[in-house]
Amino acid sequence: MTDAPADPHLVTAAQPSSARSAGLTTADGQPLKAALNAAEAKAKWHAFFLVLPLFAFVLLTFVAPIGQLLYRSVHNPGFTTHKDLSTGAQTPIMTELREWFDNNPQGTEPDEAAYAALAKDLVLLRELKAPGSVGTRINYERSGSRSMFTKAARRAERLEAPFKEAMLDLDEDWADPEIWAAMRGASSAYTLNFYLAAVDLTRDTEGSITQVNENRQVYVTLFQRTLFLSLLITFLCFILAYPIAHLLATLPLRYSNLLMIFVLLPFWTSLLVRTTSWMVLLQSQGVVNDALVGTGILADADRIQMMYNQTGTIVAMVHILLPFMVLPLYSVMRPINPSYVRAARSLGATSWTAFRRIYFPQTIPGIGAGALLVFILAVGYYITPALVGGADGQLISNLIAFHMQKSLNWSLAAALASILLFGVLLLYWLYDRLIGIDNLKLG
Amino acid sequence: MKKTLILTTALTGIAFAAQAEGEVTVMSWGGAYTKSQVEAYHKPFTAETGISVNSVDSDNPATPIKAQVEAGNVTVDVADVEFSDAVRLCDEGLLEEIDTAALPAAPDGTPAADDFIEGALQDCAVANIVWSTVFAYNKDNNPTAPDSIDDFFNTADFPGKRGLRKSAKATLEMALMADGVPAGEVYDLLETDEGVDRAFAKLDTIKDDIVWWEAGAQPPQLLADGEVSMSTAYNGRIFNAAVAEGQPLEVVWDGQILDFDLFVIPKGAPNKEAALDFIKFSTDTQRLADQASWISYGPARKSSGALVGVFNDGKTEMAPHMPTAAANLENALVNNFEFWVDRDAELNERFNAWLAQ
Repeated sequence: MTDAPADPHLVTAAQPSSARSAGLTTADGQPLKAALNAAEAKAKWHAFFLVLPLFAFVLLTFVAPIGQLLYRSVHNPGFTTHKDLSTGAQTPIMTELREWFDNNPQGTEPDEAAYAALAKDLVLLRELKAPGSVGTRINYERSGSRSMFTKAARRAERLEAPFKEAMLDLDEDWADPEIWAAMRGASSAYTLNFYLAAVDLTRDTEGSITQVNENRQVYVTLFQRTLFLSLLITFLCFILAYPIAHLLATLPLRYSNLLMIFVLLPFWTSLLVRTTSWMVLLQSQGVVNDALVGTGILADADRIQMMYNQTGTIVAMVHILLPFMVLPLYSVMRPINPSYVRAARSLGATSWTAFRRIYFPQTIPGIGAGALLVFILAVGYYITPALVGGADGQLISNLIAFHMQKSLNWSLAAALASILLFGVLLLYWLYDRLIGIDNLKLG
Repeated sequence: MKKTLILTTALTGIAFAAQAEGEVTVMSWGGAYTKSQVEAYHKPFTAETGISVNSVDSDNPATPIKAQVEAGNVTVDVADVEFSDAVRLCDEGLLEEIDTAALPAAPDGTPAADDFIEGALQDCAVANIVWSTVFAYNKDNNPTAPDSIDDFFNTADFPGKRGLRKSAKATLEMALMADGVPAGEVYDLLETDEGVDRAFAKLDTIKDDIVWWEAGAQPPQLLADGEVSMSTAYNGRIFNAAVAEGQPLEVVWDGQILDFDLFVIPKGAPNKEAALDFIKFSTDTQRLADQASWISYGPARKSSGALVGVFNDGKTEMAPHMPTAAANLENALVNNFEFWVDRDAELNERFNAWLAQ
C-alpha cells in the first residue's frame, strides 16, 4: 500500500521533496510503512495478551502432559540413571556393563569381562539402593529378573573372581541369553521396545523383532475391538439419534423444548449414576430379567446375561453418548427450511426421494460432527466398560489404566496411549480428506 | 466490629498454626476397613498426642504414592499398602526406611522383632493386619453348603455364577488348589509353564460363569443381590456384610490365601516425625487388638491375639472369624510376595490375554 504513490491523498499528505526518494512518511517524518507496522504490532500484542491466559492454560494442561506422555513412552532411564528422590541427585549406573555392550556387538557370548562388569555395577547398585528399580526395568522385558537383581546385589560385595562362576552360583538364570538381550536393550534410555510391546511384538535374543507368545498376545486384539465397538456404538447412536433430532427439530417449540429436557436430563446426570442404573436394570437378577421371568416369557433358569459382557458395554455406552449425536443433529436440522422438501414433493418426488436427495444431504454436517464426537469419546472410554464390560467388553483404555494403576509400567501405558492418540489423529485426517473438516457443524 | 475481626483473625491464625504443627495424613483402602482404623488408631492417637489425623482413601494407595514421590509432591505421610507393593516401592527407593527396633515391645517385654509374625517387619514397612482372600457364598442361593475350594469350581453340583477378582494374583493359586495341588506346592508349580497352563485350564472350566470384580466392596453386593452364588472376597468385607448388616453370607476358609497390609512412609513425607509416631502408636499390642474388634482382620502381633475380644455389636466373638484362627488354617496358603513381585507382569499379561479371548 505504501508503495502505491498513485493514491493522491497519501501523496499530498506526505512531505513533498524527501518523500519521493525515501517513500512515504508520516507528519513527524517517520516512514509510513514502519509507522503502520508499529501500530499493527501494538494491536497484535493487545490481542495476544487477551489470549495469553488460554494459551498458557492449553500449554500447561494439554501440550505439556501429552509431550511428557510421548517422551515417557520412548524414554525409560531405569537401567542407565539412578535418581535419589530425596536429594534429586542423578547418578549414572550400570556404566561398566554398558561399556561392555558398546564394545561387543549383539550376539557376543557374555564372557568373564561381562560378568565382572556386571558384578562391579551391582556393588554400586547396592550402595545406591537401586537394584529394585533396575530389576523392575529388566522385568518388563524378561519376567522373573527382578529378584535376580535384588538377590545378586545383596551379595555383590562378596563376589570374587571368576565372576562368571560366582554369578551362576547365585542363580544359573544369569546365563540365560534372554536376560543379556534384555539388559542390552535397556542399556540405552531411549527405546522403542515399549511400542513393540504395545502391539504384541518383542525382540528375541538376536535383537530381531518377533511376535510374543500366543497366550500373551492381547493388545492388538483390544485395539481392534476398541475400533470395532466404537464404530458400532457410533452407528447405533446415529440410528437412534436421527429420528429423535428430526422430531425435536420439527415439533412446535413448546413440545420440542419439553422433549429436549428428556435428552438433556440424562446428559446432566453423573456418568456413574447412569452406568450403575444400567447395572440395576440389566443384571441377571435385575429389573428387565425379573419382568421377563415374572410375565412367564423366560424360565427362571434362562435369564439373559446382558451385563458384564460386550452387550452391557454397548448398551450403556450408546445411552451415555447419545446426546452427543442428538445435539449436533438437532442444531443442523432446526434451520432447514421445510419448504425445500415440500417443493421437491410438489415437483413429483416420492417422500423417500425427497428425504434422500433434499433433506438428508443438508444434515450431513451434523452427522459428521456427531459421529466424530461420539467416536472419539468412545475410543477413550474407560469407566463404563470397566464397570459393566466383564471380560469381553473391555477396551484398550482399561489396559492403559491397568498399567497406570496396577502394574505401574508407565512407559507401556504411555506407548499404548500414544498409539491410541495417533490412531484418532489418523482417523481425523482421513475424515478431513474424505468429507472435509470445514463441512463439520456443531451448531 | 473491628475488634471481632481482629479477634477471629487471630483465632484462625492460632488454629492454623496448631494444625500445621500436629497433623498427619493417612491413606488407606476405604469402606469398613478405613473405619476400623479410624476407630482403633486415629481417634486414640489424636486423643493422646493432640496430633490430628487426616484420613484419605484410594483403591490401592501404592499407586498415588508412586506418583506423588516421583513428582516430588508428597501429601501423604502414612500409607497402608499390600505386601508386594511395600517390597517393590521400598526396592525402588520410594519409601523411607523404618527403624523397627524403635517399635514398642509387647506388654510382657518381648521385643517387637520377636512379637510380630514372621515377615511382618520389613526395611520400610510395618504390618498391621493379616487379611485373606477367601470365597464366600449366599446361604439363600446354595441349598447344599459348599465346604471346600473344589466346590467353588464345581458348577455341576453347585450351579450359579461365580465372582472372582479381576487379577491373576490369588486367582491362579485358588485354581491350582481346587485342582488338588497342596498349598505348599502351589508356588513351585506356578514357577513352571505347566503349572500356569494347569491353572488356566482349571479356570477355563468355569470361565463362562464368572463375574469379575475389582473393588473390595463389590463381592458382598454381588452375593447379596444374588448376581453370583459364590464369590472370592476379602474376608473382612464378608464379615462386615454378614455380621454388621445381617446378610446371609458365609465364609469358606478352605483354600484361603493370607496376606499382610503394611504401613509405609513415602519418601519426602511432609510430617515424617508424626508419621513415625503414628506407626509406633498404631502397631502396639493394644491398638492392633482393638482394630480386630472393628473388622475381622488378624493382628500382625502375636501378643495381640489374646486381647482380641468381641465385635463392636457386643456379642460376636471375633476369634473364630480371624484368618489366623487355627481352625481356619487347615488348608491355607501364605501369599508369596517375592513370586508376585517377579512374575506380576508376565502372569497378568497372560491373564489379560486369556480374559480377552
